[in-house]
Amino acid sequence: MERIYLAIVLCPLFAALVAGLFGRQIGRAGAHTVTILGVGASFGLSLLVLKDQWLEGAAAFNGTVYTWAVVDGVTMNVGFLVDRLTALMMVVVTSVSLMVHVYTIGYMHDDPGYQRFFSYISLFTFAMLTLVMANNFLQLFFGWEAVGLVSYLLIGFWYTRPTAIVANLKAFLVNRVGDFGFLLGIALILMATGSLDYATVFARAPEMSTQTIELWSGAPWSVMTVACLLLFVGAMGKSAQMPLHVWLPDSMEGPTPISALIHAATMVTAGVFMVARMSPLFEYSETALSVVLVIGATTALFTGFLGVVQNDIKRVVAYSTLSQLGYMTAALGASAYAVGVFHLMTHAFFKALLFLAAGSVIVAMHHEQDIRKMGGLRKYLPITWLTCLIGTLSLIGFPGFSGFFSKDALIEAVGHADRAGATYAWWCLLIGVFVTALYSFRMYFLVFHGPERLDAETKAHLHESPWVITLPLVLLAIPSAIVGWPTIAPVVFGDYFGSAIMVLERNDVLGELAGEFHGPWAYILHAFSAPIPYLALAGALTAWYLYLRNPGLAETVRLRFRWLHTLLMNKYYFDDFNDKVLARGSRGLGNLFWQLGDVLVIDGGLVNGSARLVGWAAQVSRQLQSGYLYHYAFAMIIGLAVMVGWLLLGA
Amino acid sequence: MGSSMIEGALGIGTLSILVWLPILGGLLLLLGRAETRPGEKGANLRLDRWLALAVSVLTFVLSVPLWTQFDASTPSMQFVERLPWIRTFNVEYYLGVDGFSMPLILLTTFLTPIVVLAGWQVIEKRTAQYFAAFLILEGLMIGVFAALDALLFYVFWEAMLIPMFIIIGVWGGERRVYATMKFFLYTFLGSVFMLVALIYLYLKSGSYSILDFQNLPLTLTEQILIFLAFLFAFAVKVPMWPVHTWLPDAHVEAPTGGSVILAAVLLKMGGYGFIRFSLPITPDASSELAWLMISLSLVAVVYIGLVALVQKDMKKLIAYSSIAHMGFVTLGFFVGWQILERTGTTAGIAMGISGGMFQMISHGFISGALFLCVGVLYDRLHSRQIADYGGVVNTMPRFAAFMVLFALANAGLPGTSGFVGEFLVILAVFKAGFWYAFLAATTLILGAAYTLWMVKRVVFGAVANEGVAGLSDASGRELLILALVAAGVLGLGLWPAPLADVMAASVDHLALQITQSKLAGAL
Repeated sequence: MERIYLAIVLCPLFAALVAGLFGRQIGRAGAHTVTILGVGASFGLSLLVLKDQWLEGAAAFNGTVYTWAVVDGVTMNVGFLVDRLTALMMVVVTSVSLMVHVYTIGYMHDDPGYQRFFSYISLFTFAMLTLVMANNFLQLFFGWEAVGLVSYLLIGFWYTRPTAIVANLKAFLVNRVGDFGFLLGIALILMATGSLDYATVFARAPEMSTQTIELWSGAPWSVMTVACLLLFVGAMGKSAQMPLHVWLPDSMEGPTPISALIHAATMVTAGVFMVARMSPLFEYSETALSVVLVIGATTALFTGFLGVVQNDIKRVVAYSTLSQLGYMTAALGASAYAVGVFHLMTHAFFKALLFLAAGSVIVAMHHEQDIRKMGGLRKYLPITWLTCLIGTLSLIGFPGFSGFFSKDALIEAVGHADRAGATYAWWCLLIGVFVTALYSFRMYFLVFHGPERLDAETKAHLHESPWVITLPLVLLAIPSAIVGWPTIAPVVFGDYFGSAIMVLERNDVLGELAGEFHGPWAYILHAFSAPIPYLALAGALTAWYLYLRNPGLAETVRLRFRWLHTLLMNKYYFDDFNDKVLARGSRGLGNLFWQLGDVLVIDGGLVNGSARLVGWAAQVSRQLQSGYLYHYAFAMIIGLAVMVGWLLLGA
Repeated sequence: MGSSMIEGALGIGTLSILVWLPILGGLLLLLGRAETRPGEKGANLRLDRWLALAVSVLTFVLSVPLWTQFDASTPSMQFVERLPWIRTFNVEYYLGVDGFSMPLILLTTFLTPIVVLAGWQVIEKRTAQYFAAFLILEGLMIGVFAALDALLFYVFWEAMLIPMFIIIGVWGGERRVYATMKFFLYTFLGSVFMLVALIYLYLKSGSYSILDFQNLPLTLTEQILIFLAFLFAFAVKVPMWPVHTWLPDAHVEAPTGGSVILAAVLLKMGGYGFIRFSLPITPDASSELAWLMISLSLVAVVYIGLVALVQKDMKKLIAYSSIAHMGFVTLGFFVGWQILERTGTTAGIAMGISGGMFQMISHGFISGALFLCVGVLYDRLHSRQIADYGGVVNTMPRFAAFMVLFALANAGLPGTSGFVGEFLVILAVFKAGFWYAFLAATTLILGAAYTLWMVKRVVFGAVANEGVAGLSDASGRELLILALVAAGVLGLGLWPAPLADVMAASVDHLALQITQSKLAGAL
């Protein structure tokens, strides 16, 4: 199996290098062929690994590929940990990546950077696989920053657009704020355990949980709490949790295929994956888990509100991604890691689908993204419409669809959690269900139903996208609809994850709920006794009423609650705060240090000051060297007299 | 290998060859081309630069055995050559390398051919003298790293200033005279104090051997005075805040090759000085004053990082970035005592020192590469101002790929050499205290902010003006030098183990030395 693991990682890397370095020689067809083959091979082998891990019950693999360095007795390796959590992630990453590769042939077919784009997305697949397959913190950080790098390159893919190159810089810097915490967390873990290997660190977690660290004198903190909070700061950056969420909506400046792959299905879920992977640590810190729970729930609700007022089709989906990431994070905070990862999986399929469908609409509309200028597209884009509807239903948690199973189990788990902040979180998530349905169906109705608000020019050229675009839509619609049926029992309530995820007895909410689970059918029926499906229905109906039935009302509501609308349109003023206070403040401080510190005090005062002092001393001593012999003779006589006198008196 | 053949034939050691071959090559260039007039072109010019390239490449080839034949299992000096020089004062011609100096010598011999290539078509006046200055400088720099006799070290240390002074003063920009004077006075003033300290140590020990100095018992007062004298010399070179202001001026005025050598090798002399002199000779004083060194290092990281953010001149920005990155070097070297005090164990001390060393080597590659990149742009548009560029990627896509790579390396991206040193130092510093690590780790944000913001304004965007529109992509020669450095940056980042291994014994030895007080034997 070891060679297979290596091949899974290296195939996309090799393909990326070929497409990137020899793009001109192999041409466009060559570039997409080699990368699709590379990722396809990865996907096939990942399925093999999943089969090996799940159906054949193979033991987890933990091995070193090569030693990166040995410093001060600490061995830092590059190596793989392949267990069931990894196997699941590998399949999700490679399958969505493969779909996106195929889709890109259609979406980017007239772009001059065609080969470069394929190279980047294959490189991303490589980076994401190194992240999920890592068996130590060093490699985790490698993959972590590498996916950030490719995200940076891809958001700025259209580098002549001013908005794109602002957005990619912003994404990188906000992620770096997260990485800042992440790196400190890794340093603390090394200090507490003396190792960077997962296995060793996890084995020492119980003893680590009894240590304390003084951040300021007289206030001992649990090492575990501090370490987990620092790691979680990293997760907040990558998985765009408030207040580090600001980069994700702007990342929509990148081409749509990467919005689907990187900014919805895979990279942004890295934080969720990481916390699940670190469950043996987080379990020992109630405080950290409470923080995770509250931040996740807050993100889930408050970014959902923002989705309601967006008019750019990609931005609506982007805010929906933020909100769903909040759901996953909240699940982690409730110690329901399995359902968090389960939602990660279903979300990867339906959100990639929604983005790719949005991309299909954008292509059909000749790169118009404003949903106010669409409407009634259903009959022009039948496949896009139908698959988008499936994705939307899955997103809002319509009973029977994949998203229903994951979201319903998720909210239930949070509701059962016995932890500070759990009640608040539960309410947030519950209201979030209504909000999700509202913005999702608002977009759906405005795009596919109602009056056609498009201009004649666009309308004349309107037609369904080619098969390379619609095929991935169909292939993603299938798991979006049904993947929950066979998987919910083992993954959420069963023993799929085994030892890959560790939950302490007292925190095991999913274990509690498992007793009430009697198969998917019963689960659907049971769901109707709780408010969730009714909230979703209410949200969808509200959207229908406001945007199809009585469009004037939406405008009235907007005018009535103008302050609220302004607040939401300005995204709670996070961007303004970052620009005006943090960015401008840093530049102001930099200028102050430079002009006041370096130029005025050090150069002006110390350097030129000493130069002036020397000059002054020279000026004074120059007076002495008058050139008149009698001056010198006089000085000599005085000097002689002083010396003689001193010798006589001293003796 | 070739060097051992020469060694056998002439009875000269490898290190002597490495020191004197480039110096002789440089003198040959000077003598042969004494009548070179400004603007002269043609056969002579071609001969000059090929000769310079041949000498520098040969030097590099001859330096490779230092690595391949190096015994990594011992911290003791290797390739030792020891002859009496001035018998009256017991001064010796004493050369040797350990795990600290050997990689720095290789860095020097690796970068010199690149610098020669960088000046290939660009230097139009006094070409022979230009290349001669770099060759002589190379020999003297190797001498600094190889010297084990303090006076010999001092001679190389001071002599090195002369070619550098000339390089900036003759081939520099408009304000070159101001910059050279500032550079010379700063560094010269610093070294005078060092000389006093060296003479004092000679008087106490009766020898100029640096290794003897390291074993000399000294009282705390003596140590503190000696430490401060050394500090002056080395802090200026690193440079540490607040004696750093010569560096941006020197860089701005220096020609590309001068900037590369200045950033890549000359600054390392300061860090090397701390390792060779301050830490082992005055461990108790270093321990007493570690708080000061750590504070100055952290000021460099945060304060200088913010200053770099607002620079409008690319070279100044990279110069400030250099100062901030070198802060990690001094931080890693001096954090050991705080680790010992906080945790009561020595685990982490060696990691800090290794991290500092990695940072030095890596910074040699990355800052050198960034100055080469600015040089490529400057050769075309004759401007260093960020505002004069924009959208370079449109006209120079290959060059842009390299510049983005080096920028990301400068921001410490894992997989590049820039990550290794910062990572190790942050891991070590955390043991000395959370807030130290907190401040040090701000480089993740600041480093990315100032570097990538520059890249955004210079490389990305639509074509900003006619100048950029008319740019031609990097030539084969330029791509070659960038690719060579890129190989170093990526190689060291993806697999730092070989370098870590050759340094390990010396690092462990130093980590042991600095924890052993020298007060007991002192009177």
